[in-house]
Amino acid sequence: MQKTKQRLLTGNKAIAEAIRLEMERDPNVFVTGEDVGAYGGIFGATEGLFQQFGPERVMDTPISETAFIGAAIGAAAEGMRPIVELMFVDFFGVCMDQIYNHMAKIPYMSGGRVKLPMVLMTAVGGGYSDAAQHSQTLYATFAHLPGMKVVAPSTPYDLKGMMISAIRDDNPVVFMFHKTLQGLGWMDQLDASVGHVPEEAYTVPIGKAKVVREGTDITIVGIQMTTHYALEAAKKLEQHGIQAEVIDLRSLVPLDRETILQSIKKTHRLLVVDEDYLSYGMTAEIAAIAAEDGLYDLEAPVKRLAVPDVPIPYSRPLEQFVLPNADKIFHEAMKLVNE
Amino acid sequence: MVISVDHLTWMYKTMYKIRYYEDKMAEAYAEGKNPVFNIGAGPVPGEMHLATGQEPAAVGICVHLKKEDTVTSPHRPHHHAIAKGVDLNRMTAEIFGKVTGLGKGKGGHMHLFDPDVKFSCGGIVGAGIPHALGAALAAKKKGTDWVAVAFIGEGAANQGAFHESLNMAALWNLPLIVVIENNQYGISVPKSASTSVPSNDIRAVAYGMKGYYVKDNDPIEMYHVSKEAVERARKGGGPSIIEIETYRYLGHFQGDPEVYRDKNEVIGLREKDPIIRMRQLLITEYRIEEQRLIELENKAKQEVEAAYQFARESDYPEPEDALNDLFV
Repeated sequence: MQKTKQRLLTGNKAIAEAIRLEMERDPNVFVTGEDVGAYGGIFGATEGLFQQFGPERVMDTPISETAFIGAAIGAAAEGMRPIVELMFVDFFGVCMDQIYNHMAKIPYMSGGRVKLPMVLMTAVGGGYSDAAQHSQTLYATFAHLPGMKVVAPSTPYDLKGMMISAIRDDNPVVFMFHKTLQGLGWMDQLDASVGHVPEEAYTVPIGKAKVVREGTDITIVGIQMTTHYALEAAKKLEQHGIQAEVIDLRSLVPLDRETILQSIKKTHRLLVVDEDYLSYGMTAEIAAIAAEDGLYDLEAPVKRLAVPDVPIPYSRPLEQFVLPNADKIFHEAMKLVNE
Repeated sequence: MVISVDHLTWMYKTMYKIRYYEDKMAEAYAEGKNPVFNIGAGPVPGEMHLATGQEPAAVGICVHLKKEDTVTSPHRPHHHAIAKGVDLNRMTAEIFGKVTGLGKGKGGHMHLFDPDVKFSCGGIVGAGIPHALGAALAAKKKGTDWVAVAFIGEGAANQGAFHESLNMAALWNLPLIVVIENNQYGISVPKSASTSVPSNDIRAVAYGMKGYYVKDNDPIEMYHVSKEAVERARKGGGPSIIEIETYRYLGHFQGDPEVYRDKNEVIGLREKDPIIRMRQLLITEYRIEEQRLIELENKAKQEVEAAYQFARESDYPEPEDALNDLFV
């Protein structure tokens, strides 16, 4: 077998490389946000950019999310292509007016005459005891509100390719990266946070889910960490003779309904797993799609696994209790295939 | 300081045009809302915030602006839009909810966007300041001498967006001018009950920038102060704040019962109306023929009448168009 040469990068380096390539290609691209400069982003997403491009194009800001996200909107309306980082998605509360009432609505309210080609990049996710105000994913909070594309890639390859797609998109894109998948030295070391990333610029389409494991007995839908947990669970299910198909959503808006419906046509069982809150969230949306357009393909009710509608608690046993993991997915899947 | 006749007559004509426009809008808005006031009825439904009385702020600075300069405006935007040169036909059509409107009927009176003259407005108090900040940042990044003006009411000067934006504008030395129209009330709450300082220009000190105060709704003083602020911003001298003492003759919105102020207050204000004062000034001090002013007034009226006719004669959008323009 011929072995292709693998160039391994962590998630954070994949994002930074995407931004670097686009900044080299297009002088209108710039980065702004808290600690994106010399520090390189608290989660490393802008690593090395300040050193290459300097403070004019990699701009640290005061702790003023309303003003700097609003300024990115104003600059985007003038034809710039800002990438603005909201350090933790949990901080959305201090600037959601700019994000939702302005970034998401101005293109629509202007009848399409004002374009806002900007990326709102933000860190999501828990699992490392950062407690209720620094551990949320809030996928559904953003995906619920019309006017923003919302992506949440799970691998270094997709992080780079979807970041390049996001920067080149003429619409506002909320780009969520998962802290644990950044491959940072000061967090859990996960194999999934390192992966093959080609050196050149390439795009991964926004709005396309990916079947990351093919199977025939059950479809497991996840995003970011829950995709990786689902893959781990699938290995264990295989030992029990169950072939799970795993879908990585990658993009919440637009949502790839087709890939999900095609999969349940084949497997007839659906388990949706989310690191966001259970109620009114992504799991409910996918379940509704299955109920509306795939009900007759199902042989058992849809199952959902997500944070059980409490804030993310601090203490390790409490947090581990509420977050999904591979074991929980395995058990839910076992129950579902035996129904 | 001398003001050119062109500037004087432009300011006068534009104030007159704004006044006439707002008076006509008050009439159009009232259609279908009598005898029972129903905010959703008539050819112009929804909220309506008119700027009658606040004309000097808009013309005093916009006379110094060019097409490439950006203006952001709040929920009371018509005077700024007219002074910035927004397409009056399409603006009026938008307010009437017509397909020929600036936003094809998706925005309405509080959400007018005309990228051709870089004008935008919005219904969230203080939220346009960061957009102007970003436009000023873009102007600097592109190496132009363009400036950005954010119009706000005095109530918005107590929003976080105001303070965050001023700090960043000064920090990055950006060509931003924030014009605060102090019309004395934030809906019903008088400024004295909402603001810790007598006037917001002194807040400029906190951000290391220049602050100006224009009293008595004076378009001429607004002209001079704005000229200085705009010229400094163009030359890379950084941001400023201008507060102008102004008055709204009407309620916060049309239909406001105005229980919070004495009826005589407005009667007194109309007696020292800035448009009448300027007209007299142009005739007596600047020796402009009254006939010329009458011609300007007639021209302004014609332009406004044409815009209302265009709006009324335009079609409504197809209902299904509600699903378009979410993404480009």
